[in-house]
Amino acid sequence: MKKLSKNTKSNLITYGIVILAYIFCEIFMRTGHMSSLMKGILVPLCVYVILAVSLNLTVGILGELSLGHAGFMCVGAFAGAVFSKCTAEIISVPTVRFIIALLIGVACAGICGVLIGIPVLRLRGDYLAIVTLAFGEIIKNLVNVVYLGLDSNGFHFSMKDAMSLGMEPDGVVIIKGAQGITGTPTDSNFTIGIILVLLTLFIVINLVHSRTGRAIMAIRDNRIAAESIGINITKYKILAFSVSAALSGAAGVLYAHNLSTLTALPKNFGYNMSIMILVFVVLGGIGSIRGSMIAAVVLTLLPELLRSLNEYRMLIYAVVLIATMIFTWSPKAISLRERYSPAKLFHKEEKEVQ
Amino acid sequence: MSFVSYLLNGISLGSVYAIIALGYTMVYGIAKMLNFAHGDVIMIGSYVAFVAINSMGLPIPVSVLISVAACTLLGMAIERIAYKPLRHASKLAVLITAIGASYFLQNIALLIFGANTKSFSSVVKMKPLQFADGQLNISGETIITVAACVAIMICLMAFMKYSKAGHAMLAVSEDDGAAQLMGINVNGTIALTFAIGSALAAVAGVLLCSAYPSLTPYTGAMPGIKAFVAAVFGGIGSIPGAFIGGVLLGIIEILGKAYISSQLADAIVFAVLIVVLVVKPTGILGKQIQEKV
Amino acid sequence: MKKLLSLAMATILAFSVAACGSKAPADTEETTTGEAAETTEGAETDSEGAEDTEGTGTAAEGGVLKIGGIGPITGGAAVYGMAVMNAANLAVDEINAAGGINGMQVEFQFEDDEHDAEKSVNAYNTLKDWGMQVLMGTVTSTPCTAVVAKSAEDNMFHLTPSGSAVESIAQPNAFRVCFSDPNQGAASAQYIGENGIATKVAVIYDSSDVYSTGIYEKFSAEAANQGIEIVAAEAFTADSKTDFSVQLQKAKEAAAELVFLPIYYTEASIILTQANGMGFEPIFFGCDGLDGILAVDNFDTALAEGVMLLTPFAADADDEATKSFVTAYQEAYGEIPNQFAADAYDAIYIIKAAAEQAGVTADMSVSDMCEAMKVAMTQITVDGLTGTGITWSEDGEPSKSPKAVVITDGAYAAQ
Repeated sequence: MKKLSKNTKSNLITYGIVILAYIFCEIFMRTGHMSSLMKGILVPLCVYVILAVSLNLTVGILGELSLGHAGFMCVGAFAGAVFSKCTAEIISVPTVRFIIALLIGVACAGICGVLIGIPVLRLRGDYLAIVTLAFGEIIKNLVNVVYLGLDSNGFHFSMKDAMSLGMEPDGVVIIKGAQGITGTPTDSNFTIGIILVLLTLFIVINLVHSRTGRAIMAIRDNRIAAESIGINITKYKILAFSVSAALSGAAGVLYAHNLSTLTALPKNFGYNMSIMILVFVVLGGIGSIRGSMIAAVVLTLLPELLRSLNEYRMLIYAVVLIATMIFTWSPKAISLRERYSPAKLFHKEEKEVQ
Repeated sequence: MSFVSYLLNGISLGSVYAIIALGYTMVYGIAKMLNFAHGDVIMIGSYVAFVAINSMGLPIPVSVLISVAACTLLGMAIERIAYKPLRHASKLAVLITAIGASYFLQNIALLIFGANTKSFSSVVKMKPLQFADGQLNISGETIITVAACVAIMICLMAFMKYSKAGHAMLAVSEDDGAAQLMGINVNGTIALTFAIGSALAAVAGVLLCSAYPSLTPYTGAMPGIKAFVAAVFGGIGSIPGAFIGGVLLGIIEILGKAYISSQLADAIVFAVLIVVLVVKPTGILGKQIQEKV
Repeated sequence: MKKLLSLAMATILAFSVAACGSKAPADTEETTTGEAAETTEGAETDSEGAEDTEGTGTAAEGGVLKIGGIGPITGGAAVYGMAVMNAANLAVDEINAAGGINGMQVEFQFEDDEHDAEKSVNAYNTLKDWGMQVLMGTVTSTPCTAVVAKSAEDNMFHLTPSGSAVESIAQPNAFRVCFSDPNQGAASAQYIGENGIATKVAVIYDSSDVYSTGIYEKFSAEAANQGIEIVAAEAFTADSKTDFSVQLQKAKEAAAELVFLPIYYTEASIILTQANGMGFEPIFFGCDGLDGILAVDNFDTALAEGVMLLTPFAADADDEATKSFVTAYQEAYGEIPNQFAADAYDAIYIIKAAAEQAGVTADMSVSDMCEAMKVAMTQITVDGLTGTGITWSEDGEPSKSPKAVVITDGAYAAQ
């Protein structure tokens, strides 16, 4: 019984941390002990946790380096936001509207994941990384030139500018090229964010511990051996990749409904963001779902907590990043840590006492 | 006539990418890591040259040499501090420290030199060549950049082929464990690789800013990524591949802008890259590595 | 198990540190830990309560007015945020030296947003925790649009120096100092058309930028009314702004007499250099983003000879206000201020004028202050660096007219 439940126990702890964090935050918020900064950053924290967990599926479980994760997030965000903006007056219940937008965003991102996965997953290693980066940049570039309008005649689409939409006077421009979407209803809140985090964890953890998950990990550990025992490599790779894409689409929808404006800048949907998510995954421990969750939270809060340093803030952030990586990954640091870890010292003392 | 002119512009832009890509590919080939901070070393090199020329009033060749020396030291320092402790750790961990180093360089430049744009005065004092009554213009920068690029490529290839250090690099890139057993100083070889790569970055920086004279702390980031793409395009790790990849990338970017859409220039470049990699998964000149079971 | 526990503890710790720790004002010079704890207590109960505890503690009997600023001081747009931060600090120091606003000393704090909407909202919330009463920001348009939704919820008076998109001041509590993008686009087309400067115009714009596309769209709509033919409209993006040879070549082939550049001066300086290299010499015409090109370190001003721009501010204008501002700015920061700096300097003085008109006092709530200043904004007339006799309508738009200047002999000359 005890052996069997080792995985389950670890998973329960993961869920437990999320639920505990939620309860703590709610208590802080209800009793008025939470700063505005924290209140504002709760939903983005959920977004980054979902992104980190979903990317961990590709990087940690599937073992492929993806640098285009922000692209899928972008697809989800724009698909969801377009829907919400169009139906802002038709569907008056924010939760219902959000759920439909979420489904649409997830579906669009998932389809993109499949479409991109088919050619990309034939490649290996750094070549795969660069192609995912390329896809992310293409998505961002395309979103920046799309103009979409809605009037009594239905949708109008253009890739040139808002004038060439040829709309009736009553029309509304929904996506205005680089100016993006403004006036999306801000439907997301912390509770929805936490529910999505739990759902993401549920999907990823169950996938990992299923037959499918074991097949995916077999491919990661030894592709040729996996192939030789009859695992359909392409199928499982695309499955993992598109699930990961779909989940980041969900994060995108959450992101889009948090702020009233949505634009595809290099900062939020470019390769910088993809790399940021990758940093969460690597720092949290490749393959460790709980780790990526915690790393996402800590690394998102860090620049905010460093605000008192003003101009030096991002510099310190960079130094912390390098120092943590060396501390956690360098073979020398690992042996040093093992030798002088407080737990060990404690144990030694105990022995001496005995 | 305009086509020829576009082509020349493409070659000019491409040869800048190519010089940066040469540095990328050297480091990748030997240390097997994506050095994301390379683009920012370029930026630092340009700032050093800028300060030497404009603030200290040194002659141009001296300034370029100072910039090369500064970048060489900087490259070796980054390698020593940020990458060496992670030599045997996961490849991803090194990738992240490289990104950290990139942020660090950008922000330190922001603190030292400020956010204001600096206008880099060209180090090339050549008159542009004109053909067909001024219809065709080849700027001095283009000529020097292409020449420098070809010269550097030939030197690098000769260095790898004929020098002892070059042989050591090849050995380390093939199998660093075996190389060490054969008495090669692996750490020294990798440090030398970073030194050469960063020296090239300084040259690239000076030429980049001569051709496109606006210098900010973020100048290096995008050309760095494009050069990375170029290196992969040509087959990462291959020196002639980086040259071909860089020049092709420049030409595709310019022609795509000219004949398809200037808004979609980036998408076109990346789409071509994807097509090439899907057809030839290790780039144009990349080696196909047979997997052993 | 121990490891798991410690991880769980770490998360909770991180949360609670974030919840309480970020309270202390970032700029305090000599906060001992004891004092910090006190202010934290105060700030936690309510932002309004915090004003009182801090106000009585630090300043004279008039109290303190806390003005917050938001803009990018790291990242690619840092140059604009820096200018705003510096100029605003300058203005605040001057006001404080002259006795403050209604007897209140002004405290100014500036937070970084990296030109990102989400970071901008974080910055806004940080400032709220600090006890901000009036917001001067954000510097760039997209973050401003995101922040204005939040400041409207809190009903905080919001004045942006340079957020020029239409949506940036969509809420009733928001006003701006600069022109809106459509306003600039239309004004440029009208100026070119009415003065008969050119009929064949090429446009080079940044298709990934809100400011640039906003101006371009209105410009091309208005161009048709003015009898201007747009012979080439070429874009570039944030990721491909190194080389402009293609765009220039196309403009040249289309025989454009004038090239309209609704972009910032960093890219424009490359465009001018490349145009010179290929022997293309049209009239270059820009908007306020082009201001600052002469101040680029080491820029060969001969290249900018004959460039026309519509801008509300010229650093070498010879009126008294501009002169003293430019001198003071140069003394303090060693740089020539650009138009962003001028907007921010004006913004602080506009806040002062509105607060005085509304009779704002330190003990008013944020919302009351906003209501009073909203009314006051439509009543005041301000003579600033970026225009004389500026007035505001209720929708937050300033009414001032752009000045056309031509660069001659490396300096601006009024047209």
